[in-house]
Parts: sequence; structure tokens; C-alpha cells
Amino acid sequence: MLGDGMALSLEITAVAVAVGIVWGALLAMMRLSGIRLLRWSAVGYVNLFRSIPLVMVLLWFFLIVPQVLQRVLTVSPDRDLRLASALVAFSLFEAAYYSEIIRAGIQSVSKGQLAASFALGMTYGQSMRLIILPQAFRNMLPLLVMQGIVLFQDTSLVYVSALADFFGQAYGIGERDGRIVELLLFAGAVYFVICFTASSLVRRFQKASEWQ
Amino acid sequence: MIHLEKVSKSYGSFRVLRQCTTQVSKGDVVVVCGPSGSGKSTLIKTVNGLEPFQEGEITVDGTSVGDPRTNLSKLRARIGMVFQTFELFPHLSIRENVTIGQVKVLGRSLEESNAKGLKYLDRVGVIAQQDKYPSQLSGGQQQRVAIARALSMDPIAMLFDEPTSALDPEMINEVLDVMVGLAQEGMTMMVVTHEMGFARKVASRVIFMDQGRIVEDSPKEVFFSSPRSERAREFLAKIVH
Repeated sequence: MLGDGMALSLEITAVAVAVGIVWGALLAMMRLSGIRLLRWSAVGYVNLFRSIPLVMVLLWFFLIVPQVLQRVLTVSPDRDLRLASALVAFSLFEAAYYSEIIRAGIQSVSKGQLAASFALGMTYGQSMRLIILPQAFRNMLPLLVMQGIVLFQDTSLVYVSALADFFGQAYGIGERDGRIVELLLFAGAVYFVICFTASSLVRRFQKASEWQ
Repeated sequence: MIHLEKVSKSYGSFRVLRQCTTQVSKGDVVVVCGPSGSGKSTLIKTVNGLEPFQEGEITVDGTSVGDPRTNLSKLRARIGMVFQTFELFPHLSIRENVTIGQVKVLGRSLEESNAKGLKYLDRVGVIAQQDKYPSQLSGGQQQRVAIARALSMDPIAMLFDEPTSALDPEMINEVLDVMVGLAQEGMTMMVVTHEMGFARKVASRVIFMDQGRIVEDSPKEVFFSSPRSERAREFLAKIVH
């Protein structure tokens, strides 16, 4: 049971990190673009999601996404859409945070690099994909991983929809066996070990990095 | 090959370039000098469209740079540029630095790109460093790689923006030697530099800029022996020892 819970927590984390980084990178490029409409929409999006508590975003999505899916895709009302809602909510929410990290990462690459790639005849898209983003991602990798670690911890908030993630499972077992304190201490220890190990690995990787 | 006609540019009310007119013919080596802030770097960057300009016209090999319908990427692929701060791509090896443009922009095969890239790395004397990363090279080596990167695109002209200004003194000559070789082979070059020795050796003309204006545009013999303007005389007195 605890294993299933951990698998669910990791699944939500993995999907939200992957979608969040891709969508966040697009938002960051929109925000840095010369087109006002794109810039303003990205700013609006980021500020909106960063000003609302995650737990409220989750709740709204648990209420909204199932209805939308049922209407648009005519999914049967009996289908359990809590996981889908959670994945969408976390992805959209995290994208706002990732976009700010990625924007800072892009700006950390010197302007001369863009000029040099333009001078070689690259288009804006090629420059971003081949020259700027690879450097930006290397610079911001520690921050991206740290954000992923925070996200992993935040997945415990899906308890508001009674989805059985790691935390939910631990709580459930504790309640069933009358050992809530022990199980919660144990769950906390597991979160700590995973997150601490991940951040130590990032630090080691940073030192071993070949260039710069 | 390169024509500038009354090119003007301003940042707000500050006029960086005022009515600059000149041309660079095939095989010419034109040196652009002047005090800092005179607009010489801005001028050279307008030639490949890295700096937009508001008035006037620039054509390179018949293509108008300021025309919004011009495919600037295509035009830039045919003009080599070397920057003051090298701007090699730090996440790519030296060999990848001289092939990425050939493969991604010109669509050449990797074999062909490698052959050409290595040929130019050999020519500028850094072929032994091909598997290293830019940060492992000295400034002089990095700048020579930057020249090889530009040459491997088979440019019709080369632009140099203060290529030796960020170098330690003992490395300046290794870069200048490469540039002199290029000039003697007949490469069309526009070079922003304070290296008057280079200008004396290979320049066909010297342009002197001050406050955004082209103050002098003379054959090098005329420029060095009898500069017309007072500002150019003062400038020469300061930098030629």
C-alpha cells in the first residue's frame, strides 16, 4: 500500500516536472519576446498562479476538470478523474514557477551568445534550441531540481481529494492501526531521505560539471 | 560589395550614427577606428543587421539589410563575424563550434563540415585543441577558433569587431597574424580596431569615426601621412607611439 502511494506521488511529480518545464520554457520565451501580447499573457499567467495557494488550485481543478472532460470528451461521469485533475493542476501551477527559473536562466546567458548564433545565420528558434537553452538549463539545473523536490513534497496536498498518494496511504494505515503518530513520523522520514539525497546529488553534479 | 548610404541610428535622443556613407569593395580591407563611443562597433553591427538602424540604406552583395522582407538569417550566414569577447559556444567542443553552423544553417553533412572545420582549425593553429572546450583555451586560441568558425561558413566578407581588445598583450599578434594572412589572400574585410600596425600593413582604407560621424575615409597612406581632420590627428598622436 505504501509502495503504491509512493508510486503515485512520484508519478505526479514526474509528470508535473516534465510538463511544467516544457510549458514553463514556452512561457519564459513568451515573456522575453518582443511581441507585447505574448509578453503580457505570460506575465498574467505567471502572476495569477503565483498568487494563489496551491491547495486552492488543486481543489478548483478537482471540481472543474472532471466537468470539462465529461462535457467535451463525453467521459462517463463514473470515471475517476481525480488523478487527471491533479496532473493538470500541478503541471499548470508548476509551469508558472518553472518559467521564472527558466527566464532567469535564459537571461544568465550573455547577450553575445545570441549575437554570435545570429551572426552564424541561425534563426531565433535555432539559437534558442541549440545555443541559449542548453547553457541556460545547465546554469539553472540546481534550481530546477530544487523546485522538483518542493513539488514532490507538495504532492502530499492531493489529500484534499482523498487520492491515495504516499502521505495519504501512510495516514490511512496509521488511522486503521491506531498508530498515526508513528506512521506520520515514518512518512516524514521518508520524504526527508528522498529530498535530502536528491539535493546532495545536485550539489555533487554541479562540482563535476565540465565547462564553466 | 558592402554599401552604406546615409545610415543613421539613435537610442532615444542620443544619435549613435549620423549619415554614415561608405563602401567596401571585393577584396578591400577597411579598418574602422575612432575614440570609444564614436559608433564604430555599432556601425559594423549594422552591416549584418545585428544592430537595426532607422535611416539610410545598407546593401550587402545587392541585398538590402534594412528591408523587412530580407531574410536576415540567410544573409548573415554569408557574412562572417568575429566579436571582441570571442563568443564561442561554451557547451560545445572546439570541433562542434566550427561545425554547428555548417550543419544546422548550411545543411552540410557532418563529414563535410568536420573536414572543412578541421581545415580551418589547422590553418589558425588550434587543431590540437579540437576536443577541448572553449574555457580550456587561452584567449588568443579562442579568438582564432572564432575566426575558424566564421571562415568554415565560406563567407563572402568578414566583419571584425575589436578582435584583439579583450586579449592579453602577448596574444594579440597570434590573432593579428591570422587576420593579415586572410587579408593577403584577398578576403573582403571590415575591421574595427585600434591596431594601427595592422592597418598600416594590410588596410586598403582607413575610416575614422567621431561622435557617430564618419570623419575621414581615406586610403591608408593618406590617413597616416596627412589626416585631414584635427580629431583624427589628435587620435593618431594618442595611439601611435
